[in-house]
Amino acid sequence: MRRLWERLRQGYRTIDFPEGHTELSPRFRGRPVVDPSRCRAGCRRCADACPTAAIQTDPLRLDLGACLFCPSCVENCGEGAITSTNDFRLAARTRGDLVLSGGEMRLATALDRRLRKLFGRSLKLRQVSAGGCNACEADLNVTGIVVFDIGRFGIQFVASPRHADGIVVTGPVTTNMALALRETYAAVPEPKLVIAAGACAISGGPFAGSSTCANGIPADIPVDLYLPGCPPHPLTILDGLLRLLGRIENA
Amino acid sequence: MRDGDANTVLLSALAPPIRAVRSGEAVVRADISSVSMDDFRRTVVSACSAKARLAAMAVLPGRVLLAVLADDRCQRLGLLCTDVPVDGRYPALTPELPQAQAFEREIHEKHGIVPEGHPWPKPLRRHSELEGGPDAPLGPDPYPFFRVEGPGIHEVAVGPVHAGIIEPGHFRFQCHGETVLHLEIQLGYQHRDAEALLLRSSPARRLAIAETVAGDTSVGHALAYSMALEALTGSTPPPQAEAVRGIALELERLANHVGDLGALCNDVGYLPGASWFGRLRGEFLNLSLEICGSRFGRGLVVPGGVRFDLPAVGRETFLARLQAGDTDLRHIADVVFQTPAVVSRFEGTGVVTTTMAETLGLVGVVARASGCDRDVRRDHPAGIFRRTSIEPAVASSGGVMARSQIRRREAESSIAFVREQVETLSDGARNVALGETRPRALAVALVEGWRGEIVHVAATDDKGRLCAYQVVDPSFHNWLGLAMAMRGGQISDFPLCNKSFNLSYAGHDL
Repeated sequence: MRRLWERLRQGYRTIDFPEGHTELSPRFRGRPVVDPSRCRAGCRRCADACPTAAIQTDPLRLDLGACLFCPSCVENCGEGAITSTNDFRLAARTRGDLVLSGGEMRLATALDRRLRKLFGRSLKLRQVSAGGCNACEADLNVTGIVVFDIGRFGIQFVASPRHADGIVVTGPVTTNMALALRETYAAVPEPKLVIAAGACAISGGPFAGSSTCANGIPADIPVDLYLPGCPPHPLTILDGLLRLLGRIENA
Repeated sequence: MRDGDANTVLLSALAPPIRAVRSGEAVVRADISSVSMDDFRRTVVSACSAKARLAAMAVLPGRVLLAVLADDRCQRLGLLCTDVPVDGRYPALTPELPQAQAFEREIHEKHGIVPEGHPWPKPLRRHSELEGGPDAPLGPDPYPFFRVEGPGIHEVAVGPVHAGIIEPGHFRFQCHGETVLHLEIQLGYQHRDAEALLLRSSPARRLAIAETVAGDTSVGHALAYSMALEALTGSTPPPQAEAVRGIALELERLANHVGDLGALCNDVGYLPGASWFGRLRGEFLNLSLEICGSRFGRGLVVPGGVRFDLPAVGRETFLARLQAGDTDLRHIADVVFQTPAVVSRFEGTGVVTTTMAETLGLVGVVARASGCDRDVRRDHPAGIFRRTSIEPAVASSGGVMARSQIRRREAESSIAFVREQVETLSDGARNVALGETRPRALAVALVEGWRGEIVHVAATDDKGRLCAYQVVDPSFHNWLGLAMAMRGGQISDFPLCNKSFNLSYAGHDL
């Protein structure tokens, strides 16, 4: 009886996404906005403060694939050339689309018709943690809780790569996980997707240049979707996956 | 006994030649006594038999072996050094002091110094240098697994890639039927060489590495790193910053403990609990986000203080959301802990005795569940914990139930702490600029992260640059506790047992 009562008390908690309006706290550091026209010539304060060399100056470019979404650059820019927004929509289809240089960011586009037909209503993914610190893993897991309920879109994380349509990789790919990553990738039947979640998997993140890891997913494993963040917010993940499946169209 | 006044220091296990310091205090390295290897071993072993613990063991430049002892009863740490013999071999401490086992394996692997007589000197993180260079494949393994032989004995191998969204690790069980005779846990798959990378990185990058040593403990590790740096530069963060750090640390504990309670429900098939706690965890993470813009508390703690203070939503809304979380936690926990299906699976599973916990030097939730009354927030207080008191939650039965109950009680006291701090939080300076780093100094910083004791050891060279850095995540001690908890248990209880420890792979592997 108490259990039933508690179930009623807990109510319905799933958010109205993507249809409804979902906005995160104004303090949430989502997609930064870059305005190179405000840069002072020769100023490198943002780049010098960046922990991961995600910023180039002259002209100003910010690589979301390496960005840890820390406050350093915004804090150090006195000109307002880099500002933070609480926009969680960050996913891109190509590595180049992650580099912001002032224009509108090109968000992820949908798979082609054939792949959408295959995966659009049922996408099974196998997660491979290859040196992830457990933050990306945690927020991938969170997409399954009642609030986000990724299952309602037909997306599910499965136990075996044999049951999967693709892999989601986290971590900079440590030497000790390189083989396991390759074997897991090979075990997924064709056609298959590769999703890079988090700065580590995309560029090595804070561990780029380490002697015991690669700088993210090796070049010969083609990536279909990049989810920037350290870690990517569950909404960034959900938004990216739904764009890939054509369930959210670019405005 | 715990006030650390002059009389209790005399009773301390940390008598000279051990140099007594506090957590977050720097010493000149020359002031740490260097004794002969024999005296070093004898002193460390006898201090540990007099209730001290081995909190860290590191090799400093110049092949100096450093022991960091902790005497929890008098709020002091003890430092002692010895020179590693020129042949790079010394008699291992582990046979007499089992809690040294992982440290000595680490020293062997990282520095090639051989602890002679160590019963299991296998690499912890499978450093590729020991296996023929970075391109060498993982097998054949030059370090075989421990095997039990006899009729009906079988071996079960699990990992590194597991069935869920989990970090990688390998578990090798020796079983007789369902009964586990021995479990060996092989980690190292997450090894990113964080300590070495930290040493050669820019200050901004160092902080990012500290935050991602174990991503679910970003606040804990960033805090330990910041405390070590503040000690080395003689800087004191403003009181306002100490309060915010405390709030963030407790929110981290709260979110993780609640998440663990949900995962424990999941592992016994009690899905309502899993679902409710899983959602509730997010509410607490979102409170961290309201303070610093990150669910994991990233970007908040900086050496010298914090970057943010009062939450974006305002104090009233923040406290109302905390209150709603508190109510939910109590309701859900009451239902869960009165559900026979949950209770019968939790009780008596995965027991670690007090003696075993003390012998292995376990820390945190796991130690407290086994009757070891140790908590850095009380025993080695720093920052806000010098001004407020937290009474540790301790149990004695040492199993899954005890570890779950401790999580619940700690979550409740964290809520009370956060409420009190947010209510009294005022505007004020958030941080101070760090001074010059002292040359030839050493600092040890202890933080009670949500899993347990986090230790960071930092040393500087002649020019005041960091020259040695060691990170000890609580998981480093506790993984062996999990292996011991499985002995004599059923292999089907492993997922539940594992979840009740919920140790960090990345934090261990670094």
